[in-house]
Amino acid sequence: MTTTNPTQSLADRAGVRSARLRPAGNTTRAARTRRKWYEIVGLTTPAVVVYTMFVLVPMGFAVYYSLYRWKGVGPPTEFVGWRNYLLAFEDPIFRDALWNNAIILVGSLVFQLPIALGIALLLNRRFRGRAFFRLLVFVPYVLAEVTVGIMWKLVLIRDGSVDAILKALGLGGLVQGWLSDLPLIIWTMLFILTWKYVGFAIILFLAGLSNIPDELTEAASIDGASWWQIQRHVTIPLLGPTIRIWMFLSMIGSLQVFDVLWVVAAPSVRSLGAANTMATYMVDNGFFARLWGYGNAVAVILFVISFVAALLFQRFVLRRDIQGALTGAK
Amino acid sequence: MARPRRIRAAMALIATTTLLLASACKSDEAPAEAELFKNPVTLTWWHNASDAGPGKDYWQKVANDFHGLHPTVTVEIEAIETNQLQRTRIPAALLSNDPPDIFQAWGGGEIIDQVKADYLKDITEATKTEVANIGSATGIWQVEGRQYGLPFRMGIEGFWYNKKLFTQAGITAPPTTLDELKTAVTKLKAANVIPISVGAGDKWPAAHYWYNFALRACSIATLKSAALTLKFDDPCFVKAGQDLQAFIGVQPFQPNFIATVAQQGAGSSAGLVATGKAAMELMGDWNLGVMQTLAGDNWKTMRPDIDWFPFPAIAGAPGDPKASLGGGDGFACSKKAPAECVEFLKYIVSPAVQKGYAEINVGLPVAKGAEAGVSDPTLRTILKATNEASYTQLWLDTAYGSTVGSAMNDAIIAIFAGTGKPDQVVSAMKAAAQK
Repeated sequence: MTTTNPTQSLADRAGVRSARLRPAGNTTRAARTRRKWYEIVGLTTPAVVVYTMFVLVPMGFAVYYSLYRWKGVGPPTEFVGWRNYLLAFEDPIFRDALWNNAIILVGSLVFQLPIALGIALLLNRRFRGRAFFRLLVFVPYVLAEVTVGIMWKLVLIRDGSVDAILKALGLGGLVQGWLSDLPLIIWTMLFILTWKYVGFAIILFLAGLSNIPDELTEAASIDGASWWQIQRHVTIPLLGPTIRIWMFLSMIGSLQVFDVLWVVAAPSVRSLGAANTMATYMVDNGFFARLWGYGNAVAVILFVISFVAALLFQRFVLRRDIQGALTGAK
Repeated sequence: MARPRRIRAAMALIATTTLLLASACKSDEAPAEAELFKNPVTLTWWHNASDAGPGKDYWQKVANDFHGLHPTVTVEIEAIETNQLQRTRIPAALLSNDPPDIFQAWGGGEIIDQVKADYLKDITEATKTEVANIGSATGIWQVEGRQYGLPFRMGIEGFWYNKKLFTQAGITAPPTTLDELKTAVTKLKAANVIPISVGAGDKWPAAHYWYNFALRACSIATLKSAALTLKFDDPCFVKAGQDLQAFIGVQPFQPNFIATVAQQGAGSSAGLVATGKAAMELMGDWNLGVMQTLAGDNWKTMRPDIDWFPFPAIAGAPGDPKASLGGGDGFACSKKAPAECVEFLKYIVSPAVQKGYAEINVGLPVAKGAEAGVSDPTLRTILKATNEASYTQLWLDTAYGSTVGSAMNDAIIAIFAGTGKPDQVVSAMKAAAQK
């Protein structure tokens, strides 16, 4: 099992082919190297140009603008250094946003992992209608965020269907201001996000499970292990890399979450800090309060937090998985 | 091996940056001062009537008619959703070298900033007749005595109320003082009706209560100077918050009002009035159209019950009881727009075009001579009240600009949520002015 860098192997293969086409002895090592570099540059230039134009340059501009007191009228002229960053961390509503991001990040992992794992293990067994159920759990993930938001907003609104169902079941006492009771709203949001994204985790886990050789579980069962023991000691440990990759994606998604909260939560509860995140705070302040410099500072903070979180996770959690994938067995 | 790659990346970066700069610094050619209507010109027009309907159709008709009158002028319309238009599209277009020629202008703090950045065409000399015909409302589109835009719609706000529910609760006449309003609230509650619906979820409908209390608590001179200097040291601004807090204490609003939106669905604040569940809503002149849409087929039976009264006076308050809170929509021409732009703007606010605008029932006209176009009796009441108001204060969040306006609304919402205090509104406004 040799896995090498795809670009490298492609270039190697191209090098070999070009060597064959030319008369033997005419190709120097330098010419081959040059040829290889032409190909690397030719293949990567479009990606590099696009990445630079649409990722790196805007990022540079964001940092630049964040150092100015600028409302988007005329060019930025009033340099204020790190003031916008300080103002952000002094704003209790921004701290609420950070806290809400943390709740969503941890909550997503804590709730989605057991649910997704359980359903994935269940759907990994053979039974009638398995394909249908697999499709069913994936449906929420396929729906557009705004569609999901509007749907849940209609369902959870005062005297909406959730309230009606609870009352019909004689559970009227459980009726809450799902979208208006300030301390409750973030948990309503977490519920919607879990509902929406758990399907993604399930599909990833199912893909991971299908890569676990049957021989291992068969061997375990011949040795007398129960189904639970097999899951606990064989399947889940082998699913580790998939779970860790999912945790990584979930974490980054949680830090950047915007659309569901934007659609479901009223602007008022966002500005009260009950259902805002760094991303909604950025739009509320950058565009709606027309603080373009300040909004850019929030964007940079969001970027740095996501970037550092990603690096730390890769360094400490994903390291083994990545090493395995890149170095392989030589 | 890493080195060449880094160099290539750096080169790509330099290349793209140069490209960006080059496109941003396109030559700054001044438009040739051609004689009016001699050379063919194309005017780009950005307005916010983005939903299919009479408003959008009417602007298209106005553009076509103008082209018919002046065949050298072609008007290209782009209709954009209002928030997108105001928050991102217009600011970005004005920053670029290619802004639309004529576009939506909300007046107040925003137009002050735009004039400071030299984005707008000074139309003072060209529009003297129009300004005289429209009257004091044009002041919202003036900066330091110069005219930079003209309104096509203007109205004051007040309470939309249900006459039938008032009668059932034993209220004989619409309240004219705050105390009478509070008594009406008590009676309506006793009759098991939601006294007032408020779309606090959208923030601004709730903030308008504070604006009205400020209008009653502050002198007109104080309000005028606050809009210019963004200084809010006068104690009347704290008083406005205290009056609001006392009013919220009467519990006049629907349950869960903090998350209720203003205009979407039967559960919205306008929907509650339109379906007869709430007795009152404080809202601008556009609310009639909103309620009509929300009530759907039931509107025919609801419409006769709906009427309007202005925000009540407060006994002993220093503010002018005849002063009203209101706002409007206007258009402005960008600095480099051809002279035909101003002619088109003048055409939009001409009495004939304004009368046609009034007839489609999407807003109240501003030009004298267009009143006949307003056929709805309630809208006629509002138009009369708008014309008779001793002073019309522009919505404070527009008057103070987005930054202070936004912080002010957020702090007012905190009072509604029970977490904020009156003095915090003022401190939030002061802090935002420095942001």
